[in-house]
Amino acid sequence: MIKRLLLVYSLLYTGLVNAQDKPIAFTGALIYPIAGPPVQGGVLVVLKGKIVSVGAAGSKIPAGAEVIDATGKVIMPGMVDSHSHLGGPQGGDASAALNPDARAMDAVNPTSDGFKKALAGGITTINVMPGSGHLMSGQTIYIKMREGKIIEDLLIVNEKGLYGGLKMANGTNPMRSTPGAFPGTRAKSAAMVRELFIKAQEYKKKIDKAGKDESKMPERDLRMESLVEVLNGKRVVHFHTHKANDVLTAIRLSQEFGFKPVLHHVSEGWKVAKEIAAAGLASSIITIDAPGGKMEAMNVSLNTGAALEKAGAAVGFHTDDGITDSRFFIRSAALMVRVGMSRAKALEGLTLAGAKMLDLGTRLGSLEKDKDADFIILSGDPFSIYTRVEQTWVEGIKRWDISKPADKAFLTGGYDVYSPIRGEFHHHVDDEQ
Amino acid sequence: MKKIFIILLLLPAAIVLKAQIAIKAEMIYTVSGAAISNGVVLVKNGKIENIGTGLTIPAGYKIYETKILTPGFVDARSLVGISGALNIPTDQDQLEKSGPIQPDLRAIDAYNPEETLVKVIRDYGVTTIHTGHGIGALVSGQTMIAKTKEGTVETVTIQPLSMLAMTIGPSVSGNFTSPGTKAKQIAMIRTELLKAQAYLKKQSDKDSSKRPAADLKLDMLVKLLKGEIKALITANSSVDMMSAIRLAKEFNFKLVLNGAAEAYRLIPEIKTANAEIILHATMARNGGDMVNMTMESAAILTKAGIAVSIETGFEGYVPKTRILLFEAAQAMVFGLGFDDALKAITLNPARLLGIGDKVGSIEIGKDADLVFFNGDPFEYLSKVCGVMIDGVIVKEGCQ
Repeated sequence: MIKRLLLVYSLLYTGLVNAQDKPIAFTGALIYPIAGPPVQGGVLVVLKGKIVSVGAAGSKIPAGAEVIDATGKVIMPGMVDSHSHLGGPQGGDASAALNPDARAMDAVNPTSDGFKKALAGGITTINVMPGSGHLMSGQTIYIKMREGKIIEDLLIVNEKGLYGGLKMANGTNPMRSTPGAFPGTRAKSAAMVRELFIKAQEYKKKIDKAGKDESKMPERDLRMESLVEVLNGKRVVHFHTHKANDVLTAIRLSQEFGFKPVLHHVSEGWKVAKEIAAAGLASSIITIDAPGGKMEAMNVSLNTGAALEKAGAAVGFHTDDGITDSRFFIRSAALMVRVGMSRAKALEGLTLAGAKMLDLGTRLGSLEKDKDADFIILSGDPFSIYTRVEQTWVEGIKRWDISKPADKAFLTGGYDVYSPIRGEFHHHVDDEQ
Repeated sequence: MKKIFIILLLLPAAIVLKAQIAIKAEMIYTVSGAAISNGVVLVKNGKIENIGTGLTIPAGYKIYETKILTPGFVDARSLVGISGALNIPTDQDQLEKSGPIQPDLRAIDAYNPEETLVKVIRDYGVTTIHTGHGIGALVSGQTMIAKTKEGTVETVTIQPLSMLAMTIGPSVSGNFTSPGTKAKQIAMIRTELLKAQAYLKKQSDKDSSKRPAADLKLDMLVKLLKGEIKALITANSSVDMMSAIRLAKEFNFKLVLNGAAEAYRLIPEIKTANAEIILHATMARNGGDMVNMTMESAAILTKAGIAVSIETGFEGYVPKTRILLFEAAQAMVFGLGFDDALKAITLNPARLLGIGDKVGSIEIGKDADLVFFNGDPFEYLSKVCGVMIDGVIVKEGCQ
């Protein structure tokens, strides 16, 4: 297994191509470091793709630094979208309801113009997931909005040594009306998942027993290997779940097998906020303007953010792009602030909370020394509709700039801006059949 | 004696309806005229009685106070009430798939005023909707105009027949085995309109025995040919929009282009054709024939002198409806500006729908349809704090 990981590492982005060798200092902006209180007129210094310092007004600027006057602007970390379908991860394979072996990495188009939407929206890190039409639709990928040619250029290795999680789903999306490879009911859904996890427990026992003795290792099994990573607490389960009872089922399964999922969507999270908090789980919320579209989303509420915050549970946000558009990501949090979530927790939800859900919290999500220089420059208050993301920086490189017409076009859209044959719009409806 | 009893029973309801209300607002956006700061709107018998600053509030008027007051919003094109929130076959009445041309289908026979989403959009300030048959058929059926207040179809409807809903584009061929191509779509519509022309001609035959038997479908198309109703044609690509314009010219009918994602490429053509525009939601998904949409469309068209009405349109999945206020808000920051954004969801659609004398602005004699806000209506963090329809408060409390 170690060998396999090394192989991928050797292909991973090294940062040398776009190395930023001269320090850049941004002065005068209101900085939201997230890790600490806002800094009025602060100084942000970045070098070689990392943050050198976040200082108070008048902090010393390194010699030879390029100084960018950001007076009147707001600087905050690049946002983390913990659940997106940009790049064409595809919905999952129709042959089975459980596909822990299928990797989004083998599907996503690294040069997708959909990623331009993310940049225009101020998103710098994305968890690209296969769809929700399966109990396990496959392995997700954590990617950075770098310029890249191959998928390895975009991957980010997290604290656990992986570059993705495992997508799971319960409720109606994975259910099918015709019995077969897919469950027809909620109880069957849970039973199928439990059955596979029990197998994985057995597989894990064999590995643990073999220890360093290669000859005693069980035969390789891609599905089991992925689940063993889950059981070992290395691979995060990203669990699509809407209704209160389904959320509780997800919690029940996770407790039985000892993994800590991130709960995604949680449309009825406001009903079970205390239970989610008691389980110590984080939730990644989608902000939907109005209820309906499917029965599970009838009770979706903008109050979920505030309810979870009040209960003491971690809250992040996601676009589920194309369900909502990456260009409006910041609005997802704003609408929850509108009905009572705190501004501080909402900003954290767009950044550091999302990073932590991907086990990337020590590397990105806040503006702190030695973290990745992923940040955005805004024209004003992040939660005002009149504010624009003006620049999106990824690892010290300016990747999107509203003042450039070619970049701005990805924000507004227009003739021939986006490819008509993207083919990556993720049709949840198709999954539901 | 019996008669008196009935009158007494009706009395409390009548009092509610005829309540006299005064609304003090820090800012009144009348839309038809200049904004009024620190003004008062007087409401009597469901209508706007007076507006101004320094008005004396007559005795007996219930007083409300608000920071901002706007007209009730008019959704130029919605499917709420016909395409239900549950999104299960039994609550989806917007598209009859037994045939691609069904002008005889009346919206009033399907509209459900108790549908969950009617309340949802009302609570965000929509007081009037143009709703009805859907997109995805050459002629899917009729549309209607209703207030979003509670009641039966009969009591909430303003116009039982508004327009004929038509679609030109890929969704039609996705829903029916024929037409399968763009050219066939137009050929089929033309064939049907030619039939209607012949039917119309025969109707005026001097020999009554030669007049045709009544035909529900053709009767509706005749209304279109006579200019009694408008064709509401959903088309997004410039090719499909031009087909709509070509049809309108050939058969001389009144054209409203709906969706109109590429309208910004056809400004002279739209003006020459006198076509009206109901523009797609600003945050609509840019897939399929909407791939070339721009969020600046409303601004571009308005600057070119074309009145824009913004719709929430049709949503097939989650969310099942968009919120008009939110869509206009985005159009505003994508260049439309505050005043025109507000107009695009009030007076412009009211005029387009032919109800500009009743709703769409705060003017004396118009319906008392009003929305209360605690701040800039379009700002993310402002809230809708009250909605009034026909002089009755239908929502209180901020959201």
